[in-house]
Amino acid sequence: MPICIGLSCRAAYTRGMITELGHFALILAALTAVVQALIPLIGAHKRWPGWMAVAEPAATVQFLLTSFSFVALTYAFVTSDFSVRLVYTNSHTLKPMLYKISGVWGNHEGSMLLWVLILTLFGACLAWFGGNLPPGLRARALAVQSMVSVAFFAFILFTSNPFLRMDAVPFDGNGLNPLLQDPGLAFHPPFLYLGYVGLSMAFSFAVAALIEGRVDAAWARWVRPWTLAAWVFLTIGIALGSWWAYYELGWGGFWFWDPVENASFMPWLLAAALLHSAIVVEKREALKSWTILLAILAFGFSLIGTFIVRSGVITSVHAFANDPERGVFILAILAVFVGGALMLYAARAGALEAKGVFGIVSRESALVFNNILLAVSCFVVFIGTIWPLVAELFFARKLSVGPPFFNLAFTPFMVALGLVLPIGAMLPWKRAYVGRAIKPLVPALVLAVALAGLAWSMQSGRSLLGPVGLFLAVWILTGSAIDIFSRTGRGSIGQRLGRLRRLPGADWGKAIAHSGLGITMLGVAGLMAWEQEDIRVAYIDQPFTVGAYELTLLDVREVQGPNYFSTMGDVKVTKAGREITTLNPEKRVYPVAGMPTTEAAIDYRFLRDVYVVIGDPQADGGFTMRTYVKPLTNWIWLGTLMMAIGGLYSLADRRYRVAAGARKTPEQGVPAE
Amino acid sequence: MKRLLLILSLLATPVAAVQPDEVLSDPALEARARELSKDLRCLVCRNESIDDSNAELARDLRILVRERLVAGDSDDEAIDFIVARYGEYVLLRPRTGGSNVLLWAAGPAMLLLALAMAGLYLRGRSNAPQKNSAGLSDEEKARLAEILKE
Repeated sequence: MPICIGLSCRAAYTRGMITELGHFALILAALTAVVQALIPLIGAHKRWPGWMAVAEPAATVQFLLTSFSFVALTYAFVTSDFSVRLVYTNSHTLKPMLYKISGVWGNHEGSMLLWVLILTLFGACLAWFGGNLPPGLRARALAVQSMVSVAFFAFILFTSNPFLRMDAVPFDGNGLNPLLQDPGLAFHPPFLYLGYVGLSMAFSFAVAALIEGRVDAAWARWVRPWTLAAWVFLTIGIALGSWWAYYELGWGGFWFWDPVENASFMPWLLAAALLHSAIVVEKREALKSWTILLAILAFGFSLIGTFIVRSGVITSVHAFANDPERGVFILAILAVFVGGALMLYAARAGALEAKGVFGIVSRESALVFNNILLAVSCFVVFIGTIWPLVAELFFARKLSVGPPFFNLAFTPFMVALGLVLPIGAMLPWKRAYVGRAIKPLVPALVLAVALAGLAWSMQSGRSLLGPVGLFLAVWILTGSAIDIFSRTGRGSIGQRLGRLRRLPGADWGKAIAHSGLGITMLGVAGLMAWEQEDIRVAYIDQPFTVGAYELTLLDVREVQGPNYFSTMGDVKVTKAGREITTLNPEKRVYPVAGMPTTEAAIDYRFLRDVYVVIGDPQADGGFTMRTYVKPLTNWIWLGTLMMAIGGLYSLADRRYRVAAGARKTPEQGVPAE
Repeated sequence: MKRLLLILSLLATPVAAVQPDEVLSDPALEARARELSKDLRCLVCRNESIDDSNAELARDLRILVRERLVAGDSDDEAIDFIVARYGEYVLLRPRTGGSNVLLWAAGPAMLLLALAMAGLYLRGRSNAPQKNSAGLSDEEKARLAEILKE
């Protein structure tokens, strides 16, 4: 029993009890997972309904126990129970409540508990909402899902236990990295994990389908919403991380091709491919085995991502959790699940017979091309990410692969994707004629070429990236508008506009998500091609110009925050003599962590950001200051938000409700349209 | 969360990326130096160029690049000089020679392979006999009817 000082022994005892109960619940959840991984699988094989029926209550119990365990850990963080080692190393009594809570997953052990909590949540959702799945498929999918849980429960309990206690209770904790005390980052990991782990559903369904030896339109209709949901979460998670990096890291980069970022980007690319190929399975009963392979690989890359982040093999010296034991454990999980699934795939994929027949030019082919571009671009990111490791192991070369490689090797795929997207989206199923499909897109093409040409003539000698991005954005946006309008059939403009509102969610989702991609492309291209930068020593009351803006450092003050001290500048920004805003860039020092951070001040506008960073004082009384005018930056995240919203629209499509909720809402019937 | 330790290591030395006193007076040379800096790695950071990095060592490298350019080196000569001192590890844009051919060729090669396989698949699909016009087996039709009835 820990020694209790400054707090009644009774209270300490209660807190300790809750922690121990949380630990116990985690062990029980692991045991439940073992049962759920075995019994339903045997039941499905032997066709014993009683054994198959074990899966659903087990999934619910597993989720409830894990939730309790997570709540117990959160309670320890909220009450600053420093008898728990994890709380001691990652929290502090002075921390604001939001960050005490986000501190639960702001460390390795807690984040793995969140991982497995989400995993069991998805399993429970499958049990709750999978009512009309064939019992065999449901039992098998739940069993496979639970096998993944077993592996991760074991990982947590044996290598990363969050409930370990301290022998003596310290007075206060070691705090949390001040950079992590940020609302954007508080929610970044949960979203990312919802995405990563959401792909486990596609994996479980794929393996279950391989065991059963059949994949049909109904299968795709069950898998696609889960993949869509996972992809939406992943999109939001990645966008939050990138946005955080933009405003927090102090030089306004938004993507660094860091192994840890790539780890989340690779599953995103494959999930995007899977979303599209599942449409072909659903509508045309083709591409079945490829879709299964993608489902396995997409989750495989989630596991690879977890491995990269958790083992520190690739990030080497400054890794997050530089612990070989953990790395080997995750590598073993990866080998067992992906290896096992691929072996099963090799044995069974031949049995998955395609039915749909289609021409070389068709929507099907366009989606195949989409899949090639997304999958190969994912492969490029993968090779680039692991190459330093491969080169060192096999060629004894110690080298780096950084942003210049990725920008060069990855970007062409996205340009190709953007070029083909509007045409592919317009092509009819089965058999199409390129000429007929392109004809309605001519105005989009003309507009895109005209605007890109204009941009190119106005920017003298700058990168071609800007005009290319503009071309793609206009081409995709107008193309999407033409596409969705063409779905309204014939009639007067008024009638067609009226019908526009009643189009299925999938059509709207497609248009919104594709437009979002175009907008993100323009944001990225605009920022990279048209950014203006200024580095100087700024003196009080001496104005300087950056682009069209004039900036004046009015004052530099010392300010005290809740748990930091700050050196804050007052910077007046004017344009053509008119005052726009006063920005307050800061340098902060967090005494608990003993480290300084720079807080950039950003004036967000629709067309550009003005981004100011204040640096060190100089001997002559000036301050180093970096100022950027970043055009179209917010479009990057606006576009990703639109992609996520498009995904949600698609998810709300009626056909998934018919598929998923048919059993539960018989009295309402199917709404007539 | 992701760049936790990277940042820790960077911020241990409180200087900012590209300082005003480093900037060369000749804008053409400075622009070249900036471009080169983007391809060079800050050796004590994680996956960050010396152009972005706050670390003291990155500053030294930035100054070194500028010294070489002022001394009249071409871009390649300046890069070679730095690689000779710090090794290949310093390059964020890996060289194309030797085993790195695999790295640079992997994407295009995979694309060609995928296109060829897709081409074969699509040809097979377009020539395949139509098996079942409705695209559903009898069992599936029964199941569909059941779902729609409910």
